Amino acid sequence: MKRLLALGAVVLATTALAWAGSEAQPRAGGESKPWITKAEQCVEPTDYMRRNHMKVLNHHRDETVIEGIRTKKYSLKECINCHASEKTGSVAAAKDDFCVSCHSYAAVKIDCFDCHSTKPQGSMAMHPLNAETAHYKHKLAAQATSKVSAEEMAGVAQ
Amino acid sequence: MSDMKPRSDSTPASPERRRFVGAATATAAGLAIAPGVMLYEVAHGRAEEQAASSAVRWGMLVDATKCASGCNDCVSACSTENGWTPVAESRHPKQAPQWIRKLELQDPLTQMETNLPMLCQHCAEPPCVDVCPTGASFKRADGIVLVNRHTCIGCRYCMMACPYKARSLVHEPLNDTQKPDVPRGIGCVEACTFCVQKVDRGDGNTACAEACTAAGHNALLFGDMNDPESEISRRLRELPTKQVRADLNLNLGVRYHGI
Repeated sequence: MKRLLALGAVVLATTALAWAGSEAQPRAGGESKPWITKAEQCVEPTDYMRRNHMKVLNHHRDETVIEGIRTKKYSLKECINCHASEKTGSVAAAKDDFCVSCHSYAAVKIDCFDCHSTKPQGSMAMHPLNAETAHYKHKLAAQATSKVSAEEMAGVAQ
Repeated sequence: MSDMKPRSDSTPASPERRRFVGAATATAAGLAIAPGVMLYEVAHGRAEEQAASSAVRWGMLVDATKCASGCNDCVSACSTENGWTPVAESRHPKQAPQWIRKLELQDPLTQMETNLPMLCQHCAEPPCVDVCPTGASFKRADGIVLVNRHTCIGCRYCMMACPYKARSLVHEPLNDTQKPDVPRGIGCVEACTFCVQKVDRGDGNTACAEACTAAGHNALLFGDMNDPESEISRRLRELPTKQVRADLNLNLGVRYHGI
């Protein structure tokens, strides 16, 4: 399972790098651009998340704290797993880090991280494409299987 | 999977093959049911999208006759799991948060010594919940008493109300030293959570009880007190146990034997 995930991760990471290189993350003066370091695709469209991320986070927060429901979609921990910066390993340590990059532009102080850790759990989580906790793990696994299975089959036949 | 031949006993087990078969099974299981409903998640404890249920009541049995003098393993395991600084390492030990502490008691008449850990007793009728002005202090359906830090205003009424001195206030900024699984922060009251993050993960045990077992003392037993078949229920039926300050009639989740 690990090997399949890793192979899938390599394929996706290459695509992501190519994309990052071509766009070079424009940061024009008129609008704040969140510094997207990792995620290929969020749990909701970017426009929706920009406006409503606190709505979904607050709802999920109450379910988790009071009822003990710990689904991964809309979990703050999963946000951090994906969006932590490669440089600082955090979502809020430097000005360029994911959460702070928008909030400093909008002059909004976030107090989530007075209590919540800004760093993903363990070193694996630094790279969400092969993180075992990534919320789209099952999708990756599915893609990886279809692409790598022939090679794996050869390994089995030996 | 169906087209694969079952491996005969004479075939040497190839790790390659085993990994592939394992991966294929896991993928099939993971994708089978519906988005969000995974077979491998249902397999242990409750599913992650399922709320904690009052059919379960988590509790702990402390066997003080097995609790070793000078052993601090439960306390350090708690501190490691939940990310609070051990009191000895704190700059302000008198106000340092402490989720579990070791007590050594001596009977003044007979000089008999008793060792026991003291932690949140997870009362069925918790006084901390009664006095909380914001509703931040609450009892979860499965009997775990928690603080919702999003609504806690740090007034410390619950610390006054608790007969067991189980709660602490975080006085100082923690500067991102928290564990990702255990958010905690300045200005909020906190206490033992029965390792709620582990319980929800399906571990079915707390860090302190695991450490006690690992040290070979077996003084702490964690489990579901509502399940008559559970180890803790069986032991509670057999052993004479006491609740600390039973006169308060709080129906505690932590029971002591040998005090």
